Amino acid sequence: MLNTVDLFEDDRPEGSDGADQMGHVVTGELDLSHGVALYLEDITVSFDGFKALNNLNLAINAGELRCIIGPNGAGKTTMMDVITGKTRPDSGKAYFGQSIDLTRLTEPEIAHIGIGRKFQKPTIFEQHTVFENLELAMKTDKRVWKSLMAWLAGDERDRIAETLRLIRLDKEADRQAGLLSHGQKQWLEIGMLLMQEPKLLLLDEPVAGMTDDETMRTAELFVSLAGKHSLVVVEHDMAFVEKLGGLVTVLHEGSVLAEGDLAAVQNDQRVIEVYLGR
Amino acid sequence: MRKPLTLRILSALDKKSWLALGIFLALALVVVPVLHLHFPEDSALHVSTYAITLIGKIMCYALVAVAMDLIWGYGGILSLGHGLFFALGGYAFGMYLMRQIGRDGSYGADLPDFMVFLDWKELPWFWLGSDKFGWVAFLVMAVPALVAFVFGYFAFRSRIKGVYFSIITQALTYAAMLLFFRNETGFGGNNGFTDFKRVLGYSITSSETRLVLFGLTAVMLAVTLVFSAWLVKSKFGRVLTAIRDAESRVMFIGYNPLWYKLTIWVISAVLCGIAGALYVPQVGIINPSEMSPGNSIEIAIWVAVGGRGTLIGPVIGAFVVNLAKSWFTVSFPEYWLFFLGLLFIVVTLMLPQGLVGLWKKIMTKKGAEAC
Repeated sequence: MLNTVDLFEDDRPEGSDGADQMGHVVTGELDLSHGVALYLEDITVSFDGFKALNNLNLAINAGELRCIIGPNGAGKTTMMDVITGKTRPDSGKAYFGQSIDLTRLTEPEIAHIGIGRKFQKPTIFEQHTVFENLELAMKTDKRVWKSLMAWLAGDERDRIAETLRLIRLDKEADRQAGLLSHGQKQWLEIGMLLMQEPKLLLLDEPVAGMTDDETMRTAELFVSLAGKHSLVVVEHDMAFVEKLGGLVTVLHEGSVLAEGDLAAVQNDQRVIEVYLGR
Repeated sequence: MRKPLTLRILSALDKKSWLALGIFLALALVVVPVLHLHFPEDSALHVSTYAITLIGKIMCYALVAVAMDLIWGYGGILSLGHGLFFALGGYAFGMYLMRQIGRDGSYGADLPDFMVFLDWKELPWFWLGSDKFGWVAFLVMAVPALVAFVFGYFAFRSRIKGVYFSIITQALTYAAMLLFFRNETGFGGNNGFTDFKRVLGYSITSSETRLVLFGLTAVMLAVTLVFSAWLVKSKFGRVLTAIRDAESRVMFIGYNPLWYKLTIWVISAVLCGIAGALYVPQVGIINPSEMSPGNSIEIAIWVAVGGRGTLIGPVIGAFVVNLAKSWFTVSFPEYWLFFLGLLFIVVTLMLPQGLVGLWKKIMTKKGAEAC
């Protein structure tokens, strides 16, 4: 297996000791020494008896680009909720790297240690400008006092400008974000994720509402991000998944049904049954 | 490299706003005193004591409205209990004013009259130090801050939002009102505090004292506006409006909304406390009715009428509604509440951005026609 450890050596997450203002210290630092970025073991989540996740097992390697597919209700969004601290699992383990127990951290803490999440519906700050959206997302000390005194330094402006170019919104920097097209909003949200400098990106249907051209550009962007970041992409658009390459995991009824490259998965009899019905 | 804080505060307002603020202060600190003291009462230029008291009172309300706007307009959290913080500041300063009466009360005793009436022999513990101006000035800010912090911490930590939060704040101020109604609470029961004689040794009814209080209120309002402008233009302000618009996104990019909400909530409460402390010596009375739920709802109406999410809006709203109120309650006292309700409905349905929004609309229309 590809050894990706050295990719992360010089940039351990700075926020890991300052996320909580009450003085609690987030447990441990991101340790990717075994090459695993995210590790879910036997995760079960039930809502009023309905098992949204049922003994889910999943491991994402450092630098990997993984696609998750599955019919509606397979548990994709719930899985992201568990990883980002929004939902606590009834049982099971969720580890980020070797040592960080995600089930014990709050949403802002998990964001600080390097997990960024894009929602299914683009969630940006519509009343703020595009520039301000990126500014707010930028990796920095996010405590109240620091925000009161914050003033953008030159290199921080450069970083925002760089991301603006990457997401092709440099001409829209001073525009109110709510006025962007749907596809542009999706890109802005991806840009906000990148400003956080996350180690792991969770992307829930990132190309929904995009034109074919935008979709392909997004795929290129994601492929270029893999290696430096780990990416987990939930998507229905098979052309997009194909373009991304990488392993595909099929979820069904809250657990993993199949795993492999896209062609293998698409030829899997159980997957066909699930998608087409019996 | 980094702009010093003073410069940032200076640049929080544009030139026009600084000019307007300067004119306002010149009016309050120079013009009004001159017109009041140097023109005889029958002169057309004379500003009456009634007018000074009324405008002074409304400036206190305007201060509360700005505080309310910080939490509601910018933070998206509708409090219907801000009257409580106002009253707490008022009561804290009222304690000092009661002690300043000294032995000039009707019983000629060292204790405030209501305590003599209840046959209390000594001051309750929480009245200790209430004769010291400095300590009371601290209490004016510290008591609302503490109540706001404790309440806010548990409410925001439990992620109580929207209408649920509003209802709980109503209950909070109502409960406090019932508590202050009791004689045993030690704040004068339903009569509250009144019959003040002096403040810092000066007669509270003299023209000079009134003008100083009036001027102080104007300065406090101006300082609050500048401070608020800086606050909402800082990154803190941008995070705050981001929480209002998409709280989950704020959390997932690593901010803890709890501390942001709590900070603005406590700042808002402290500003209300200061407003209450300035209000009581000018109006001459504080009683538990200031905590009635209706009063707190009225604060929200001022802000809605003026325009949420702008700083000048609440000031305009407080003036418009209260000037209307003082006219109505003299001319048609029985119709005031109907009018207030109607005003609220009209503003909510037709003017979601309030009077400031209406003004902006007219200006952009004009601008479009001019082109």
